[in-house]
Formats: sequence, C-alpha cells, structure tokens
Amino acid sequence: MLIPTRLARLRKIRRPRSSSVSWGRWTEFLIESLIRILGLSTIGFVLLIFLFLLKEGVPVFLRVTPANLFGARWYPTFDLFGTMPLLLGSVLVTVTAIAIALPLGVATAVFVREVAPGWAREILKPMIEVLAGIPSVVLGFFGMTLVAPLIRTTLGAPTGLTAFTGALILAYMSLPTIISVAEDALDAVPKSYRDAGLAMGATQWQTIWRVVVPAARSGIITAVMLGMGRAIGETMAVMMVTGNAARLPLSLDAIFRPVRTMTATIAAEMGEVAQGSTHYHALFGIGIILFLVTFVINLVAAPAIFAKRRRGGLR
Amino acid sequence: MPEQQNPKINIQDVTYEYDDGKPILRHVTLDVTAHAITVFFGPAGSGKTTLLRLINRLNDLVEGSRMSGKILLDGRDIYAPGSNVPELRRRVGMVFALPLPLPGTIRENVTYGPQLAGVRDRVRLEEVVERSLTQAALWDEVKDRLDTPATSLSGGQQQRLCIARSLALKPDVLLLDEPTSGLDPISTAKVEETLFQLREHYTIIVIPHSVQQAGRVADYTAFFLMGELIEYGTGTALFTSPRDRRTEDYVTGRFG
Repeated sequence: MLIPTRLARLRKIRRPRSSSVSWGRWTEFLIESLIRILGLSTIGFVLLIFLFLLKEGVPVFLRVTPANLFGARWYPTFDLFGTMPLLLGSVLVTVTAIAIALPLGVATAVFVREVAPGWAREILKPMIEVLAGIPSVVLGFFGMTLVAPLIRTTLGAPTGLTAFTGALILAYMSLPTIISVAEDALDAVPKSYRDAGLAMGATQWQTIWRVVVPAARSGIITAVMLGMGRAIGETMAVMMVTGNAARLPLSLDAIFRPVRTMTATIAAEMGEVAQGSTHYHALFGIGIILFLVTFVINLVAAPAIFAKRRRGGLR
Repeated sequence: MPEQQNPKINIQDVTYEYDDGKPILRHVTLDVTAHAITVFFGPAGSGKTTLLRLINRLNDLVEGSRMSGKILLDGRDIYAPGSNVPELRRRVGMVFALPLPLPGTIRENVTYGPQLAGVRDRVRLEEVVERSLTQAALWDEVKDRLDTPATSLSGGQQQRLCIARSLALKPDVLLLDEPTSGLDPISTAKVEETLFQLREHYTIIVIPHSVQQAGRVADYTAFFLMGELIEYGTGTALFTSPRDRRTEDYVTGRFG
C-alpha cells in the first residue's frame, strides 16, 4: 500500500496536529459503521417480516387438511378455507391486466422513444411519471363510478364489478411502470443498431420491430415483470372494482363475473378476524402463497433480466 | 480532378449543416468511379463520415439538419422527392466502424437484410449465405458453425460478417466507415484483402483509420479538411506529390 502511506505522510506534513487526523479517522469510522448498519438492517427487516409471515401462516397448513385448504370454497365461518378461488382470481385478474398492458405499454414506449419528435417526448415523459403517482384508491374510485357502470351497460351484465374491470384498472396502474422501464431499455440500445438496421434497407418500422425491440428484449421483460409484480400485489383498487365474490373463475365467462383476489381477501378480513384463530392463520397462509407466487415470477424473470450482462457485441 | 471513366456517384456542390448552424460540409463536389476503391480521408471533424452517411441517406432522421446540393447515383438524384429510401439503402450498403452483429446466429445475420426485403425461399437464402460469406472471405472459417451466435466470432470475423451482411443485399455500392478501427493487424489485412477482391464487382468508398491504410487501399483519394474537399487525385499521387500545402502537412504528420 504505497499510495495511502504517501498520502498519510503528505497529510502529516500539511497538518501537523495529530489530533485532527485521529478525529477524521473517528468520523470516518462512525459514518462507515452507520452505513453498514443501515444496509444490514434492510436485509434484517426483510428476514424478520418473512419469519413473521411464516410463524403466523404455517399453523394453517397444520390445522387444516390440504383438501380443504386447496378446495374450491372459501367460507371461513364454516371452517372452509379453500384458497383456490382466491389464487385463481388473482391469477385471472393479473394475467388479463398484463395481456392488456403489455402491448399498450411497449407500443407507447416505442412511440415515445423512437417515433415522437423531441418536443413531444419532453411532454410525454413527465406525464407518464405523473400517471404512476396516482393513488390506487383514486383509480379504484374511478373504476367503481365510471368503468363499472360502462361495463354493466355495454355487456348487459347484472354487475359491472368484474374481473375484467379489475384487470382494466390494474393494466392502467401498471402501464407507467412498463412504459418507463421499457423506454429505458430501448434508450439503452446503441444508435449504431438503428443505423445498421436502416443501412440494410429496413424501413423505420422494420428497424424498430426487428432490430431495436429484440435488442431491448431483456429490459422489456423486466418491465413486464415489474408491472406484473405491481398488479398482483395491488389491493385497494382491486378490492373496490372486482366484486369480491369468492367463486372459482373457471367458466368461460369468468372474466366478466365478479372474482375475489388474495390481496383483497386479506385486506377485507384481517380487521374482523380473531387473533390466533384458524381463520387468522389462514389469512397469513394466503400471504405465504402470494409471497411464493411473486417469488416464482421473479425467479422465472431472472435469467432474462440478467442475460443482458452476458450479451456481447453491444456498445 | 482525375479523369473519370464511368462515374457511379456524382456529388454536386453538397453543403450540409446540423441544427447548430455550423456547416459540416462545404460545397463538396466530386465523382466516384465505379469498380474502384475511393478513399475519403482527413482528420476528425472533416465531414467525411457525414458525406458517407449522406450517400445512403442515413442522416434523414437527424432532426434540424439541412442539406443543399445534389447526390446522383447512376445519374439519378437520390434525394429527389418520392424516391424509395429503403431501396436506395439496399443498393448502397454500409459497414460501420464497430463490428455490430445483430442478436442471433451467423446465418440469421446474413439473411436479415434479404428477409426484410421479402425473400422467403429457403434455397435462395442458403445461396445468399454462401455467396455473401465467400465474398467477404469468411465462408471457410464459419461454414461449419453457421448456427452459432454471431457474437462468438472474433472481432475481425464479426467485421467481415458485417460486410457479408451488406453484400447479401447485392448492393452496387459499398460504404465502409473505418471498418478496421477496432481490429488487430492480421484481421485488418484480411479485411483489406477482402476489399481488393470486391473491387471488381462493387463501387467502394472507404474511410480508412490511418493515412497508411489510405495509401494501401486507394485507387482514388479525396482529402477532406474542415468540411472542404481539399484535394482529389488518382491512386497514391496525393501522398507522394500532394499539390496542396495542407494535404502535404497532413500526410507528413505535421498536424492531425
């Protein structure tokens, strides 16, 4: 360590008072420890939350038979804790939301990044950021009072509070995330890719679709995964607009019927439940299932997300 | 001005500026001969790359830029209203300074352009792959691994793959912007060798990455400085007996 000693020597020459040097060392040590503690505590808190979730949730898997727990009926007052309708409800709403949000989001990102003139981009980008800041309860209210009646009248259904309504609201909620992350991914594609595409006689559209978007693939998948994470964990808006009927969404028209999601169930029932009861543990059990689902989504996305570090030829 | 047997490209009084208002090219006029290697050289900022990009209209998407003058390809104005730009770019291929294989296999890289142009027939695509890679002097090295990722090739091979990708479209003109700037001397020699072989069938314009390379490959040489064409001559006359003082100063290394 030649250079540090040299620096130290220089410092001694400039500042002969050794007390100031040791004071500097002390603050350095303090700040370093503080940063270390803060960093480690974040990990610690996540672990604690996970342990708490396990502690409160695991008993339900011991007290209730698997046939009951993964059954089709969720009637906690009759000791029926079938989580299947809730799980499928969440999946149905989330998948539909992503199916709506993905093409819209990627198309918007392509427009903002590749097609829009500079001044339009400067207006659009902050507007999209603002969209992300709308509280979910406001969107839920918007869904209840405007979207739901619209769906009811156009479909002639008994209620407008359906899985589809929830999916629309969720799609709208996850759009800003998808757009801004996908846009960053497109932005990271080197200009030379576009030149190479155009120089091969591709039209601007062909260049975008066959060269730029594939090159940004991993980033776009990340965008969708983040959007999906936001959608599956969303509670308030979903609770307000999906109708909350815990029935198996397996019929063909299930998408236009009310459903209940896992998050909405936990939020709606946690306040009413007797602490320590089977029902209480069942709600935490749902929390564990939710956690596992999001964990699996992240796991599936991981190779695509990390793939970009390995790809060559990019500059 | 050297004698022109059959000019392929006529550049007539081209002036070009980006949106900052500073002209990057000033009244450039020159004719590019068919089936020969024409070298554009000069220090950075001399406008040579911009001129190259204008020849296949790659600067069309640059906002706020202005161009005056004409560029004719086979006597036709490529900037005439209503001209087919993708069609032009297929006739005028371009190879960039950095080898840039697109995501995908070696074969996909070569068939990309023809597929974009609407060629679907597998047999024809196979022919294109073999012909282009052979012309780019890469076929023998990769014929057994066409379906491996293009990024697994060495830098020199990737650059020849990029040349093959341009050749796959059967262009008339090949523009190369410092094609060997990132390559080692052996790969550079191979790329230069490739250019000599291609000269018979194509009109080639190269921006070399050194004065020495300019001397090695040039049939015709154009020297640019600050957006102006200073001197244009046959072969290596520019290096051995430059007429303009500024050319002499540059090639002898007094500046640049």
